[in-house]
Amino acid sequence: MLGLEKKDFRLLLIVIGLTMLAPLILNPFPEGSEMAQFNAGYPDLMQRFVIFGIFAIGFNILFGLTGYLSFGHAAFLGAGSYGAVWMFKLLSMNVLPAIAISVIIAGLFSLLIGYISLRRSGIYFSILTLAFAQMSFALAYSVLTPITGGETGLQLALDDPRIFGASQTATGNIPVPALFGLEMRSSFELELGSWLFTFNTGYYLAAVFLIFAFYMSIRIFRSPFGMMLRAIKSNQTRMSYTGLNARPYTLAAFVISGMYAGLAGGLMASMDPLAGAERMQWTASGEVVLMTILGGAGTLIGPVLGAGMIKYFENIFSKINETILHSWFSFLPDGLEDFVVAMIYPFIGKGWHLTLGIVFMLVVIFLPGGLVQGGQKIAALFTRKKSEDVKPNATEPAE
Amino acid sequence: MGLLEVKGINKRFGGLQALGDVNLSIQENTTHAIIGPNGAGKSTLLNVLVGKLIPDSGSVMFDGQSVLGRKPHEINQMGISRVFQTPEIFSDLTVFENVMIPCFAKRDGSFRMHAIESVFSEKGIQEQAEAILSDVNMLEKRHMITSSLSRGDKRRLEMAMCLVQDPKLLLLDEPTAGMARADTENTINLLKEIREQRGITMAIIEHDMNVVFSLAERITVLAQGMPLVEDTPDNIKGHPKVREAYLGEAQV
Repeated sequence: MLGLEKKDFRLLLIVIGLTMLAPLILNPFPEGSEMAQFNAGYPDLMQRFVIFGIFAIGFNILFGLTGYLSFGHAAFLGAGSYGAVWMFKLLSMNVLPAIAISVIIAGLFSLLIGYISLRRSGIYFSILTLAFAQMSFALAYSVLTPITGGETGLQLALDDPRIFGASQTATGNIPVPALFGLEMRSSFELELGSWLFTFNTGYYLAAVFLIFAFYMSIRIFRSPFGMMLRAIKSNQTRMSYTGLNARPYTLAAFVISGMYAGLAGGLMASMDPLAGAERMQWTASGEVVLMTILGGAGTLIGPVLGAGMIKYFENIFSKINETILHSWFSFLPDGLEDFVVAMIYPFIGKGWHLTLGIVFMLVVIFLPGGLVQGGQKIAALFTRKKSEDVKPNATEPAE
Repeated sequence: MGLLEVKGINKRFGGLQALGDVNLSIQENTTHAIIGPNGAGKSTLLNVLVGKLIPDSGSVMFDGQSVLGRKPHEINQMGISRVFQTPEIFSDLTVFENVMIPCFAKRDGSFRMHAIESVFSEKGIQEQAEAILSDVNMLEKRHMITSSLSRGDKRRLEMAMCLVQDPKLLLLDEPTAGMARADTENTINLLKEIREQRGITMAIIEHDMNVVFSLAERITVLAQGMPLVEDTPDNIKGHPKVREAYLGEAQV
């Protein structure tokens, strides 16, 4: 179906199902209940899940397949965001041209950086990409202030010379990004008993792009091109003595992943029309590396899982504060309650990085193939009982 | 005019003259062995032929074109394939993928952006890959990840990857190095078969005299970066200069 093998098509269907039903799945706890704070089904977070999912899927095409570890991919995301906001300022509040331009800008930008950085491999490549990204950040933060808005970031204003569409709405406000009149921020709320589900336009737009991005990534993984990329990771000597030039292959992978990052950046700006230099910073580049490795580099679904997990931690774990902890453990005797809270406190709230770090370490040490490998191990436990000959790890973990 | 014509090649590494005025002519449809004691410059010569090293002076003509200054992948596309001392294969990929890659390289050249079509829809490539795998008796192992193959199988796979490109010249760098007796015999037989059935010109660098004398039709003896003699195996066996070169090494 759609040019995919049965197994891959099933995976695509699962992703379609999960993204379309996410507002329901991510809100398992009734509104107002104690557990409601673990609900992730609100538009802002769901948008982040899919946008960073797209970012990580693209990154995985470069890192997962070729093994080239870029430490500067946030630069392309940032460039895409700036491009999109400029389209909102100058052309129209329609998100499609904004997203298109962000992909194009990120593609050109990654062509330039990739062409130079790919002259080296291994750690030197990583350092080159990091250097370029930090240079871009510094430029966006200071020198290019007229284009990027510098410290304050690039925002819409009331006097933007928009060619198609008004500078202000009738009520004197800045117009909001929309898809042919369908505002990105508009939501449909569904109340079922004590459950509240929010279906947000922006989320569904981003989800459609995620599905498309995921589908393209499957096609690339299964194509001769994808096979060549894995061959590059495996043995570059044999690659060149087989008559294949590794450079254009790696450059193509780099540009494709840069365009994915640009798409993510464009979507980010479409959800909230502003762009700041901090999106290009090295911590943002590092985050996508973590997402990909945590989920499983070189696997299809891994990066999406990794992105979801990190964003969940960042937004949900960080919200748990001391008061909430005390209310959880209030059944314990006073002294013990304080002790337990004091022990757990460093790992939640502002300490969520610590928990994430521990999870990351555990995954890298025990599951080098990421969460996907964990899933495979669990699946193998169940299937082994049925049949004895289980394929041992059909997909080899990537480093 | 041979298929490969090497004329007046010099290569220095600092103070060491690795190759001094080397001339070599490999005729089409022969098996040509290059032998010599350690440090004779055999590997340096091979690296010059495949574009990994650029000589200080001299010329290397293959099939009427110069190979000097070309990159390894360009030289491969001209029709020179190389088998390494330790098999260089794609060890994270399956056996089948390993032989499909050279099929693509042969058909599409050094780069083609075929990122959307599926590997499985390439029926022609698959048939080619299956045919070569059955030629080297590895068809039943095609779904194995190659890092789990035995050393002998890795060697056969690498050979298959070179053969499927139908090269004009096959370079073999000590193809039996570190092999057990039985594996060595197998490799000799495999090479003989290739030679007879496909008529591919071969150049072999080898230490094992048994291998050399059972395969080669011409032999060039290198010593200290210079060609000592070039002759048929029968004449090489009793050649005084060759004995001197090898005995000289033994005394050191």
